[in-house]
Amino acid sequence: MLKLRDGIVELYKKVATSLPPDVEEALKTVFPGEAEGSAARSSISIILENIRIARETVRPVCQDTGVPVFFVRVPVGLSHMELQNTIIDATRIATEKVPLRPNAVDPVTETNSGDNTGAGFPVMYFEETSGSTLTIDLMLKGAGSENVGQIYKLPIGELNAQRDLDGVRKCVIDAVQKAQGKGCPPYIIGVGIGASKDQVTRLAKGQLMRKLNDTNKIPELAELESRTLNDLNELGIGTLGFGGGITALGVKIGVNHRHPASYFVDVSINCWATRRGRLIW
Amino acid sequence: MVKSVSLHAPLSAGDISALHAGDLVLLNGRIVTGRDRVHKYLVEKRPPKEEIPFDLSGTILYHCGPVMKKTDSGYKVVAAGPTTSIRVELYEADVISLYGLRGVMGKGGMGDNTLKALSEHGCVYFHSIGGAAAYLADRITNVLGVWKLDEFGSTEAMWHFEIKDFPAIVTMDAHGKTLHKEIEERSFSKLQELIKK
Repeated sequence: MLKLRDGIVELYKKVATSLPPDVEEALKTVFPGEAEGSAARSSISIILENIRIARETVRPVCQDTGVPVFFVRVPVGLSHMELQNTIIDATRIATEKVPLRPNAVDPVTETNSGDNTGAGFPVMYFEETSGSTLTIDLMLKGAGSENVGQIYKLPIGELNAQRDLDGVRKCVIDAVQKAQGKGCPPYIIGVGIGASKDQVTRLAKGQLMRKLNDTNKIPELAELESRTLNDLNELGIGTLGFGGGITALGVKIGVNHRHPASYFVDVSINCWATRRGRLIW
Repeated sequence: MVKSVSLHAPLSAGDISALHAGDLVLLNGRIVTGRDRVHKYLVEKRPPKEEIPFDLSGTILYHCGPVMKKTDSGYKVVAAGPTTSIRVELYEADVISLYGLRGVMGKGGMGDNTLKALSEHGCVYFHSIGGAAAYLADRITNVLGVWKLDEFGSTEAMWHFEIKDFPAIVTMDAHGKTLHKEIEERSFSKLQELIKK
């Protein structure tokens, strides 16, 4: 477990200080599309330089190193509790070593634990797998973008959104229009559809772990993802909300079965500084 | 940045009235940071200026909770991008009028109360580059001091920084203009079109 702990510390360092290649590539493709001298173009060039500096100097890409969210797939026989303790130890070490910004605040005493650990902090989801490899996915979820996420309950009259996939599209457009530049666009959007609020929120978060070029296996959802992305880019919000042609880089949608009476849609928004990575053990 | 205006804080009333929404600027001089806890404290407790170890008049209040590292020779800035400004909307107009700020800097823009205070007191909103924390930290050339470090912690404390060629965009000016409102209205009309499809 000690070696694994050090592996998780390294994962923290990699995720905090470098952007996944697919996200960096997507940002590079935005740049030539924005008008010469525009605020959007100037800021994209600074963003790209920031990504390079952060990687080269091994410093956090963004000062908000976020809420660490772990999705862990565990082979049969490995203790979830031991893994949980190992992740917590690694979090303490990484906070000091990377460094990460201490972000865990007790709402009762308003004190910051100082090491990114506390009740429900970091967030950890465990799932047993039949294989023999332990897979640890980590996302550092910034609060600016987390704060602009929304949960919807279809139907919604004012959005003309019915209980169908087109209603889902309308929820996503509404969430991004309301977010404007507050969560650092261009955004990556994760959507979860299903029967209960807690479940769709987790599902939406999980979608943010998918690579941008990952095509949904369900053809209807693949089409919805691509249509919704096009619609978002018609909003004109642009990089950091300065106006421009690219407001989002990807939309990823996951579904669970829903109750006949319920149609929940969670829209989880991630910033351009989407930080995710994987450790295979 | 293209065609940027260089400014030096503390800023004068003249500096401010010459700025218009859409201007790209490079900021220099002395600024302070402050986010949720600093704003709440300043408005609820109204500490007299003498209690604050730095002169806030004419300066820029940067909405930022930096990653700092303590070294033998003092504090070093590791990462220092802007945080979402709208969270302090409730307080900002009072902070501007009580302490004589000439600039507020953050990301995402602010609301009507702040916009009104900008016109009334000769102040502007500088939009920094969200997420560009390493790039911006490199434009902080000196950590001059800190206030409320023990009480608020390093993220929420008020840091006094010297900056050089720190890029920003004026998105809300002292003449009542805000780029955020324009973009919001345009995107809302587009939303109406898209949900009819």
